[in-house]
Amino acid sequence: MLLAIFLLPMTGYISTGFATADEQAQHTNPRADYWRQVRDNTNGYSAVKGRETNELIQGSGETWRQLRNGPVALIGSGLLIFTLAVLTVFYVWRGKVELTHPRTGKTIERWTLNERRLHWVTAGLFVILTVTGLSLLYGRAVLIPLFGHHGFAAYADLAKWFHNILGPLFMIGLILMIVNWASLNLFNRIDLEWFKQYGGMVGDSHPSAEKLNAGEKLFFWCLVFAGIFLCLSGLVLDFPNFNQERELIQLSHLIHVVTAIGLIAFSLGHIYIATIGTEGALEGMVTGQVDTAWAEQHHDLWAKEVMNKEPDSH
Amino acid sequence: MARMKFLCDAERCIECNACVTACKNEHEVPWGVNRRRVVTLDDGVPGEKSISVACMHCSDAPCQAVCPVDCFYTTEDGVVLHDKDMCIGCGYCFYACPFGAPQYPQQGAFGSRGKMDKCTFCAGGPEPDNSAEELEKYGRNRLAEGKLPLCAEMCSTKALLAGDGDVVSDLFRNRVVRREGRPEVWGWNTAYKD
Repeated sequence: MLLAIFLLPMTGYISTGFATADEQAQHTNPRADYWRQVRDNTNGYSAVKGRETNELIQGSGETWRQLRNGPVALIGSGLLIFTLAVLTVFYVWRGKVELTHPRTGKTIERWTLNERRLHWVTAGLFVILTVTGLSLLYGRAVLIPLFGHHGFAAYADLAKWFHNILGPLFMIGLILMIVNWASLNLFNRIDLEWFKQYGGMVGDSHPSAEKLNAGEKLFFWCLVFAGIFLCLSGLVLDFPNFNQERELIQLSHLIHVVTAIGLIAFSLGHIYIATIGTEGALEGMVTGQVDTAWAEQHHDLWAKEVMNKEPDSH
Repeated sequence: MARMKFLCDAERCIECNACVTACKNEHEVPWGVNRRRVVTLDDGVPGEKSISVACMHCSDAPCQAVCPVDCFYTTEDGVVLHDKDMCIGCGYCFYACPFGAPQYPQQGAFGSRGKMDKCTFCAGGPEPDNSAEELEKYGRNRLAEGKLPLCAEMCSTKALLAGDGDVVSDLFRNRVVRREGRPEVWGWNTAYKD
């Protein structure tokens, strides 16, 4: 009885199923096949010549849209606001790291004129690229309510133009920085100790440092690696005349936005420490000279080395 | 209110490219831009099929969603249009569009993009209907004249249909019913069956 319950329905399968199995394997639904080809981005033929004109539907654009308008924009803005909030709280809690000894009035050279030019040109470009780039990502939400549609469009037109022209110049600045400063930024044992003491940011300790401390080195290497991704993806976006396809462009755009926002957040920290965070730090990059009291406090090993070399410095 | 739609019947399209030519002529489309194109899959082998494709005037248009200056708008007829005065030529709508509809006349060196141009469903732009500025920037506004898009109007096999989505789908449904189409039935002798 039980056997019959199982076997009887199967007789139907035996009579029809096996008979049509071969037929079905050969005859797939041509409409479904056609649609499948379309969704697989199969390249066909089109009399209209041009980039990807022979592709009917290109599905990755929707993924790009969802990522850009969704998590990338949301997490990006969150990260920038979070960074600013942390820096504000830190400033309120820690205040400015002041000089522990009075200024000696004697100064030593920290950055040459050419180094300062390189820093400020690249930094200036970075700020312009940041403002124009963020305007393209967040302007619709933030600036259109302020300027109106036509006002913002006029600004965005200029912003796009500046961003596209100045981007490659920033790349040149970055390459020069790598060439000039990479050797100064190699990590060593002293840096490990510096990190262990949080670079003197927390507490009153003064970990030893050479010309560049471990924090500066960390920022440098972030700038280098993020910068390489930023520049390569930027070139893909900036020069559409090489017939690069949309999938590459979409990927480049996402890499560009993610690395840019990460770098902007890191730069906020760099700017904080170098300006309101540390007394006397900005002088080195503005005038090129730092007070020996500052040098001995923050870069003791470098200060010793320089002062041994030229005992009667300025 | 009608919701305008295009539909291309793959069993009828003969890849004559007349829709492409008619559109280009009607709207004096910029050099290097084709608002419509015909794509053939399996070209030259039995069972090849062609489809004419342009802007599909999406309900949830990706171009509209990613535009940094928010220059797109959807008309009461469900047509997706844009304002060339605001367009900055960033290319984002081209990245997002599945149909490759947004295109840019080249402006200056290194392929830098001019104002985006795309199919308007023959509905012009934000300027006053049939004004000289509208004609210059977007081409003819046939909808305002009570006509439908020229590409579909002059399609010789009536493969390309354009108009109120309800009417278009009724037309196509009737064809499919007449074809008695099991999926395996596919080809010329079914497309024009009475």
